[in-house]
Amino acid sequence: MAKKKTLAQEFTKGLVKENPVLRLMLGCCATLAVTTAASNAIGMGIATTFVLVCSNAVISMLRNIIPDKVRIPAFITVIAGFVTIIQLLVKAFVPSLDTSLGVFLPLIVVNCIILGRAESFASKNKVIPSIIDGLGMGVGFTAALLAMGIIRELLGAGTVFGFPILANIMDPIVIFLLPPGGFFVFGILIAIAGKLSEEGHAPEKMGCGSCPMASTCTKIQNGEKEEA
Amino acid sequence: MDVLKGLLGIFLAAILTENYILNKFLGICPFLGVSKKLNTATGMSLAVTVVMVIATAVTWPIFNYILVPNGLEYLETIVFILIIAALVQLLEITLRKYMPPLYNALGIYLPLITTNCAVLGVTMLVLDKAAADPSFGYLQALVNAFGSGVGFLVAMVLFAGVRERLELCDVPKFMKGLPITLVAASLVAVAFLGFGGLVDGLL
Repeated sequence: MAKKKTLAQEFTKGLVKENPVLRLMLGCCATLAVTTAASNAIGMGIATTFVLVCSNAVISMLRNIIPDKVRIPAFITVIAGFVTIIQLLVKAFVPSLDTSLGVFLPLIVVNCIILGRAESFASKNKVIPSIIDGLGMGVGFTAALLAMGIIRELLGAGTVFGFPILANIMDPIVIFLLPPGGFFVFGILIAIAGKLSEEGHAPEKMGCGSCPMASTCTKIQNGEKEEA
Repeated sequence: MDVLKGLLGIFLAAILTENYILNKFLGICPFLGVSKKLNTATGMSLAVTVVMVIATAVTWPIFNYILVPNGLEYLETIVFILIIAALVQLLEITLRKYMPPLYNALGIYLPLITTNCAVLGVTMLVLDKAAADPSFGYLQALVNAFGSGVGFLVAMVLFAGVRERLELCDVPKFMKGLPITLVAASLVAVAFLGFGGLVDGLL
C-alpha cells in the first residue's frame, strides 16, 4: 500500500484481491448470521458500507488529531456513532430489515472490517482515497454476503429474493438455512475464492494482517506470555 | 423453587440450544482464530466468560436506570461499547496489580475481548429477552450471561479438540486451512442442532 495507487485501484482491490470476507477473513460473524436470505444480505451489506465509508472519512480527517495511544477507543467511538445513525435510519424506513437483522445491526460496531480499515488504511491516508477504500471494501463485503445469501436461500428455501426458483425441481434442503449450512457454504466459498486467487489456495489463518489486535493474537498463538 | 428451575433452564439453554458460537454466530473470530490449541482456547473462553458476566452486571442497570428514564435507549450501542472497553481496561489493570497469577493466565486475552461481538451481543440480547418476558430480571440476565460464557467455553474446547485431530489429516490442497476448519465447524454445529427443544422437554 506504500506505492501510489489510482483511485480506481483502491476501489477494485476491495472487490476481488483483498475482498474483506473471502480473502482477508474479516467480519465473519455478520457474514454467517445474516445470510439466510439474499435480501437480508443486501441490507446488511449496505448498512455496513454506509458505516465503513463514513467512519473512514471521519477517521481520515482526524488522523492527525487523534493521539496514537487512544486511537482504538477513539475509532470505536466514531464507528459507534455512525452505527447508531444507521440503526435509527433502518428502524424508521425499513422496519422489516431491522427485525430480520436483529442484534447484528448494532453489532456492526464490532465488525472487524470497519476497525481494520480504520486502523490499516484511513488512519494513514487522505480523505478521498479513504472514502474510495471504504466504498470498495463495502461493495466487496456486500458481494460476498450476496453470494452466500443467494446460495443459502436457493438451496435452503428454493427461492431467491423471495421468488420461487426450485419449487418443482427439488425439495429445499432446510439445513442450509440453519447455522451448520452457514459454516459449510462459507467454507466452500473461501476455498473457491482461494483457488481463483493469485496464490491459488485459501488463506491459512484469520485475516490478521488487517486486524488491529493482530499482535496480541499472534502472541497467543505462539503460546508466549506477556512479560508481567 | 420455580425461580431456581427457571434459572437452571436459562443456564442450560444458553449453553446448549442458544450456543453463542454455533447457533448465533457471535464470536466467530476467536472461535476460528484462537482455537488451535486446547490451552489457548480454554484461556480465551474463561476470559470471555468473566467479561460477559461483569459487562452484563454493569450495562443492565445503566440501561434500565439511566438510559430508559431519560429516553436515551438509542444510545445503547455507543454507551455499551464504551463501557465494555473501559471495563476490560479496568479489569486488566486490577488483575495485573492484585492477582498476578490470574493475570498471567487470562491477561493476554483481555485486549482481544473489547471488540468481541459475543460480549456486546450478550449485553444486548439479555435486554431483548427482558423486553419479551417480564419475569426476566437482573438475576436471570446474569445467569444467562454466565451460561453464554460457559457455552462459549464448551464450543471452543470441543472445537479445539476437533482441530488438533484435523492437523494430522490429509486434506486436499484447495480445502487446506480455513475452508476445512469451517466445514468441521459446520459438523460440530450439526451436533448442537440435536439439542433443540431439549431444555423445554427437560424442565
